[in-house]
Amino acid sequence: MSASLEATTREVCAACGRDRTRLMDIVRTLQERLGYIGGDTAAALARELGIHRVEVESMVSFYAFLSHRPQGRIVIRLCNDYLDRMLGADEVAAAFEAELGIRFGQTTPDGAITLQHVPCIGMCDQGPAALVNDVVVTELSSDAARRIVRELRKHGDPARLVTRLGDGNNAHPLVRAMVNNNIRRRGPVIFSPMVRGEAIRKALAITPAEVIRAVKTARLRGRGGAGFPTGMKWEFARAAAGEPKYVVCNADEGEPGTFKDRVILTELPDRVFAGMTIAGYAIGAAEGVLYLRGEYAYLRKYLEDVLARRRADGLLGQQICGRSDFSFDIRIQMGAGAYVCGEETALLSSCEGLRGDPKNRPPFPAQKGLFGRPTVVNNVETLACVTKILEEGPATFCELGSQGSPGTKVLSISGDCRSPGVFEVPFGIKLSEVLALAGGEDALAVQVGGASGQMVAREEFDRTICYDDLATGGSIMVFGPDRNVLEIAESFLDFFIEESCGYCTPCRVGNVLLKERLHRINAGQGESADLDYLQDLAQTVKTMSRCGLGQTSANPVLTTLKNFRVTYNALVRKRTNGLVPAFDLAAAVGAAEALVGRKSEHAHA
Amino acid sequence: MSQNGKPKVATTSLAGCFGCHMSLLDIDDRILKLVELVDFDKSPVDDIKEFTGRCAVGLIEGGCCNEENVRVLRDFRAHCDILIAVGDCATMGGIPALRNNIPLQECYDEAYRNGPTVYNPSGRIPDDPELPLLLNRVYPIQEVVKIDYFLPGCPPPADTLWAALTALLGNQPVQLPYGLLKYD
Ligand SMILES: Cc1cc2nc3c(=O)[nH]c(=O)nc-3n(C[C@H](O)[C@H](O)[C@H](O)COP(=O)(O)O)c2cc1C
Ligand code: SF4
Ligand code: SF4
Repeated sequence: MSASLEATTREVCAACGRDRTRLMDIVRTLQERLGYIGGDTAAALARELGIHRVEVESMVSFYAFLSHRPQGRIVIRLCNDYLDRMLGADEVAAAFEAELGIRFGQTTPDGAITLQHVPCIGMCDQGPAALVNDVVVTELSSDAARRIVRELRKHGDPARLVTRLGDGNNAHPLVRAMVNNNIRRRGPVIFSPMVRGEAIRKALAITPAEVIRAVKTARLRGRGGAGFPTGMKWEFARAAAGEPKYVVCNADEGEPGTFKDRVILTELPDRVFAGMTIAGYAIGAAEGVLYLRGEYAYLRKYLEDVLARRRADGLLGQQICGRSDFSFDIRIQMGAGAYVCGEETALLSSCEGLRGDPKNRPPFPAQKGLFGRPTVVNNVETLACVTKILEEGPATFCELGSQGSPGTKVLSISGDCRSPGVFEVPFGIKLSEVLALAGGEDALAVQVGGASGQMVAREEFDRTICYDDLATGGSIMVFGPDRNVLEIAESFLDFFIEESCGYCTPCRVGNVLLKERLHRINAGQGESADLDYLQDLAQTVKTMSRCGLGQTSANPVLTTLKNFRVTYNALVRKRTNGLVPAFDLAAAVGAAEALVGRKSEHAHA
Repeated sequence: MSQNGKPKVATTSLAGCFGCHMSLLDIDDRILKLVELVDFDKSPVDDIKEFTGRCAVGLIEGGCCNEENVRVLRDFRAHCDILIAVGDCATMGGIPALRNNIPLQECYDEAYRNGPTVYNPSGRIPDDPELPLLLNRVYPIQEVVKIDYFLPGCPPPADTLWAALTALLGNQPVQLPYGLLKYD
């Protein structure tokens, strides 16, 4: 092993205090410095931290942005989400391949550039999009792809690919991204003006219990998808035994079609950090973690700067607002490309320096979370709501929205509509009204709640966006009259197959079987009994999986079976001979015929 | 149905190890009851090679690894009212399906050219029509024909087979207690 590798490893570990729980940061840094984490590096790292080599390797193999094989100094990751493909990602992919002379998954022979696919990177309203290392490039065309490759070959600097800056803080000197916020509708809660520090001062003027009461009175529920009452969660964490306690902000935003947290963090990070600080005060925590998905690494410097300014202004760090009894600080934990890490227990594993495997619940994080201590995990938007509630009082918040779902919801709308982007709307709004806002009135189907959500048909467009009807973490994908709903459902299953952590069989295997059968039906080789099979298997995957990923991954199948039965029925046939039409004997013996050098007697009879 | 009015049962082992058939024999003295209940048609049990008529139940052990398996399986589908996948090989491919991640060329090479016990100076892969061509991979049987029931296990215990068979032959629903289907 080279001495320099050993030295680099030692240096990187030392910078993280040789702390095993910081393995995620250590491995990410080494990946950046060395280009990959090979066996040598894993071994050196294991020695340095006093852990097993397999712990390093299992982490590296888990996260999409980490690699155990050498890859190019520049990695181009093209989003191949269905929405991006609707916008032409396949042509862009072909152009990248042609210009680089390699296929996806390969590296150019000179070792300069690696080409990969990634699932949704949260740019669905400005796709096709790709990450070039940390740099986001949006609205790609095949021309743009060719130009990018030529430029990278010339100067090798991804940052120089940004030729125009996006709107709002995307143009901030610490961001400098071509990403656009596309905020189409500002509501009275999230995208409203704020006075920095006001919410914290108001919170500190009352007791922690009163803060929790305010959040409960506002009947705030989680905006990240599950919709758990926030005040109750905080109360559990406050009451739970164990010190220190933690506040974690979930900015993993991996649900396909969701990009509102990116915009909130770009425009109103203060509102989010204030919410975390208030949560810290309420539950008695001194430490907070912002878990930022790896795809949003371009926001990191900017967010670090916001945190630094908050510290300088006494809104973060020691003795906040001069209170000797309250200190709270926030660090940013970067993810590394794993959808399942948005699931709160997987997210905590990741923060602990482990593979992003979900854990069994109960115990819930509020009882035993980060390092086994009581932890509140909340979505970015939830925490931003908290700030608003403290600013203006719960009553004002409750006036907005519907009875069971007070407040507003920030939606990220993409797909076949005239103005895709971010919309803050009151809860209780009809789906048809949402479509009218975004210019997607002629939709055939709308996927509400991301890949794990539900596919809603035209007849149900008068349903409402709220916790009791159409719940969503924010993702609204609009599909026009020419789209094939079953093909879309298939693409969602592909996503879950790729992102399953593999721990439990119903999710690891079940999703593959669902996808195969759905594909068979889509190819016109299905029979009516296949629909019962899909229904049964989907139900099994839903009920028998350990975490929320598997518990929702079959939703594309279940909801299309329910809402698009006619489409299925038109594709399947009733068969009487008992043969499975998808099985093609001639194709199955083809390879053997070539190897053995004779024709099959059965296949061509 | 036989001339004596008894329903008929057929069995076969495709890409299996005959372990499932051994398990069937494990019903011990209940086999006497079984022959009172049914007649065997095509089956290794009585060595009848081809179907002599329509059967009530077909028991299939093993998946499809070659074209002959496919022919036999389709023949079973054509002759049997009910087909049961017996054991993990039939249901999921089982041990033979371990080759599914190995290129077919390597499988042939191992069997006929490079295997440690192979003597084959010509290096040719035999092309005798008696040797069925391998499929590109091993298929669980429900990927080839419609299957009515699945009995998991490697092999399914005799009690499981007995319970399923007697239920079917007695026109009862096949509802096996958890203990007969659980393996851990
Ligand atoms: C597979 C999976 C992915 C998830 N991804 C996210 C995410 O990206 N952001 C988020 O806030 N919540 C996500 N969640 C929900 C979290 O587990 C958790 O419920 C949420 O962060 C709690 O915050 P809230 O109560 O403020 O919504 C995900 C859940 C699952 C099962
Ligand atoms: S449901 Fe899927 S993602 Fe969740 S623990 Fe099981 S295998 Fe992993
Ligand atoms: S399931 Fe087991 S016993 Fe039955 S054929 Fe396969 S390997 Fe043999």
